[in-house]
Amino acid sequence: MDLVRNLFCSSIGRKLVMAVTGVVLIGFVAGHLVGNLQVFESPDRINGYAHFLQSLGPALWFARMFLLACVGLHIWAATVLTLESQGARGDEPYRVKRWISATFASRYMRGTGYVVLAFILYHLAHFTVGLAQPASFKENIAHYVMKGDYHVLGVTVTAAGTEVLDVRTMMIRGFGSPFVSIFYIVAVGLLSLHLLHGAESLFQTLGWRNRRWEGGLRAAVTLLCAAYFLGNLAIPGGVLLGVLR
Amino acid sequence: MSTTTFSVTVRVWRQPGPGQPGRFVEYPVGGVNPDMSFLEMLDVLNDGLTRSGDEPVAFAHDCREGICGTCSLVIDGKPHGPHHGVASCQTYMRSYKEGDVIVVEPFRARPFPVIKDLVTDRSAFDRIQQAGGFISARTGSAPEANSVPVPKEVADLAMDAAQCIGCGACVAACKNSSAMLFVAAKVSHLGLLPQGQPERDKRVLAMVSTMDGLGFGSCTNQYECSAACPKLISHDFIARMNRDYAKAVFRSAFRPVAAGAGD
Ligand code: FES
Repeated sequence: MDLVRNLFCSSIGRKLVMAVTGVVLIGFVAGHLVGNLQVFESPDRINGYAHFLQSLGPALWFARMFLLACVGLHIWAATVLTLESQGARGDEPYRVKRWISATFASRYMRGTGYVVLAFILYHLAHFTVGLAQPASFKENIAHYVMKGDYHVLGVTVTAAGTEVLDVRTMMIRGFGSPFVSIFYIVAVGLLSLHLLHGAESLFQTLGWRNRRWEGGLRAAVTLLCAAYFLGNLAIPGGVLLGVLR
Repeated sequence: MSTTTFSVTVRVWRQPGPGQPGRFVEYPVGGVNPDMSFLEMLDVLNDGLTRSGDEPVAFAHDCREGICGTCSLVIDGKPHGPHHGVASCQTYMRSYKEGDVIVVEPFRARPFPVIKDLVTDRSAFDRIQQAGGFISARTGSAPEANSVPVPKEVADLAMDAAQCIGCGACVAACKNSSAMLFVAAKVSHLGLLPQGQPERDKRVLAMVSTMDGLGFGSCTNQYECSAACPKLISHDFIARMNRDYAKAVFRSAFRPVAAGAGD
């Protein structure tokens, strides 16, 4: 039981929980973006892909529960650590406070975290449950009939002729609202900022950062976060500019 | 040769005793020589206060040459004053000019309660040290030199960590009042050397748990600590401690239990 206590009830243990769940969530958001970028290809691609994910059944639910657990643990660790740290200063704050080395992104992790949480909830209500924009929700619009096969690793997972939900039209109609699109763009912008500190910070927490390659690490993380933001910007941006129809 | 002196105003935290309410009091200090250290400027202030029958400002100091870690002021929002890699006692008044207003506060952290004015009780660090900052190797008589070979890079790194003077500036600078730079330095300086291996896992687990128990916060990887450290201890040691801790957690959980062990 020492293992559980050391991981969940100590400062470094909780930081490790935060870092490891962070790795999982970064993996998820990156994969999610790559999957969604298929919207720029023929409707067969993104609709076949969405149908394939839906058809996974129990595996899909397992993945969802796992991600939910990671989000929960990530938020739990952040909350507990923050409350403890706030209590550690004592009753008298500093009169003068100066930052010396903390990066911009690192100072706003709590704020960007709140926005990301609100965004996840909205995003689920929007494209998973259909509460946000019911008129254009995938279950309420005409189905799509696959023109060709959709393959994953050379295996056909959604065959031509299958009637599938028209996810592509749902996305395009959803992002047709400038309010929704701008909210998405701002939210993924702040998520990218959150990752800018988080993705670098996790290397320190796991003990894999040092002076020898911190410059390279920071450059790589910055580049990936910029790419992540641009990729996410492309979808609502493409709809707003009329490139994606 | 005469040096021109100047005047500054110091805004100092005054607190009569532990747990009592405190406040900032402003004092003009005249006759400041640029070659004075910051602490000598406070001596001049106290000299004046004593002469006029007032209570001098209590501040901690000992060696006044940057090696003991006793001086502990937060000067204009930065522990140990404006410069990089020096303690308050090595901060010189040539860094200031006529008319400057300087805010001087004690190190702020719940585990470092204020005793009086600018003096804080930092014995929390001693308790962390007592939890694991030692080795059990026999130290009877001096052993034959080089009987335990230590590679040069390892010795250098251990020396870097051992530079820590335990002043607490890392805690004072951290927005979370985290002691992780201090603990990392202590864990690493012994954990890097062959003599420190037997207790390596026990040491990191015990020191971290004592640190947590004393109410220090935890690191958010913003590295204010190493930037404020008068000995420039690198936050690379925190990464090393994190890794050491993770390994120790798993190793200690899966180690076989001796027959005689109570649990
Ligand atoms: S008085 Fe000893 S380090 Fe400053």
